[in-house]
Amino acid sequence: MTLNPQLNQDGALKHLLTIDGLPRAILTHILDTAEGFIAVSEQEVKKVPLLRGKAIFNLFFEPSTRTRTTFEIAAKRLSADVINLNINASSQSKGETLLDTVDNLAAMQADMFVVRHAQSGAAHMIARHVAPHIHVVNAGDGRHAHPTQGLLDMFTIRKYKGEFHNLRVAIVGDVLHSRVARSQIHALTTLGVPEVRVIAPKTLLPTGVEQLGVHVYHEMAKGLKDVDVVIMLRLQNERMRGALLPSAQEYFKYYGLTPDKLTLARPDAIVMHPGPMNRGVEIDSAVADGKQSVILPQVTYGIAVRMAVMSILAGN
Amino acid sequence: MPIITLPDAETLVAQLAAAIKPTLTPNTVLVGMYTGGVWAAQQMHALLDPDMPHGDLDISFYRDDFDRIGLHAQVKPTRLPFEVEGRDILLVDDVLYTGRSVRAAMNALFDYGRPARIRLAVLVDRVGDRELPIMADFVGATASVPAHQHIHLVRDDAGRLKLKLVDLK
Repeated sequence: MTLNPQLNQDGALKHLLTIDGLPRAILTHILDTAEGFIAVSEQEVKKVPLLRGKAIFNLFFEPSTRTRTTFEIAAKRLSADVINLNINASSQSKGETLLDTVDNLAAMQADMFVVRHAQSGAAHMIARHVAPHIHVVNAGDGRHAHPTQGLLDMFTIRKYKGEFHNLRVAIVGDVLHSRVARSQIHALTTLGVPEVRVIAPKTLLPTGVEQLGVHVYHEMAKGLKDVDVVIMLRLQNERMRGALLPSAQEYFKYYGLTPDKLTLARPDAIVMHPGPMNRGVEIDSAVADGKQSVILPQVTYGIAVRMAVMSILAGN
Repeated sequence: MPIITLPDAETLVAQLAAAIKPTLTPNTVLVGMYTGGVWAAQQMHALLDPDMPHGDLDISFYRDDFDRIGLHAQVKPTRLPFEVEGRDILLVDDVLYTGRSVRAAMNALFDYGRPARIRLAVLVDRVGDRELPIMADFVGATASVPAHQHIHLVRDDAGRLKLKLVDLK
């Protein structure tokens, strides 16, 4: 237990860096706590005083709109003071190292860092470096992990499906480059989903992906059969240049989620996407805007889940 | 040390309901505080007026001990299916002790709107242990309990309520 850098000596969550290795009880506690925060967004005053006087720094070394904004809203609804730093535009371009930046912000009495970085392991490095009273949340590091996205996806699945133990979930697309997919797979298997599938061309799957406990499919026709949840991944345009795929049109033909392909899944299947979507590349507009889509509720639930994560960390 | 016998919880609920009933207005709503207050409010609601709006309040996000003990282990969703603004709120809790929970509950309610009035009904008032200037409008029974003990309301599988004395670790 004590070897997990995310947990304190009592086994409580101190940083959230990755879902990999977290016990089911901690994941369930976060989801249950998030249920309580859903109600806060329905109050006349959409704020609770839990983190009053705490300073939360959003350190985004990589651009993001949705994640940064929902973290900011979440922190503000907890009454924390939020400071957004768009690092691309400042110190790093002047040559300051990551840890020097962190030290300087810690000297400004930071209580929590929310970190997004293009390098896998950046949030881990910061968590190891900071003083014991400071908490770190990984908001996406390289290809490694995006734990709050994974958790909000689990929250969404539980909202619509109730339970995890009887589900078939398919993750479709660029698993190779996706930190979101890794966090989703760890969360789904930890929460007891019996069948997690990945559907992708061979060039977009990491070698040994089966070792994560997933079933591998290369064809939508087989992989989508009878699933309860379809999670589409964003296809990053720059992947085309790496000769991993012939063209966006060809990708859409084989792996794009169209209303036709969706009929293979169970009639009550839900469709999820972490955003931002490429309409006409990985998902057809008719599906994205269709009645099985829960893509916008995912965004709303993301606020409650991030409020839960930040308040649990700050209290441990 | 004297053995403290606690009164029967269900009798207290019935007595409270009888005392509250003549004071109800069409504007009154019932709000139970998790967990014991929600159970007591549910039973009271059945005895008072089944058509009266009622809700459940979780005060985890408003507690004043967050910095010392962190977030409460079990957060329950607050459910207030009515406008708080202008309402006559009857707040129900199992035990009134330091008054800190009631302070938190009032803060929480005000984030939903400005009630016309808030009154407090408790099954048990632990007299002499208050840390805030708060008192109840309706009290089932008073009790004097040593500081190392806690009065808990428990509910069995059949839904029956019972007061229990627990030693604090």
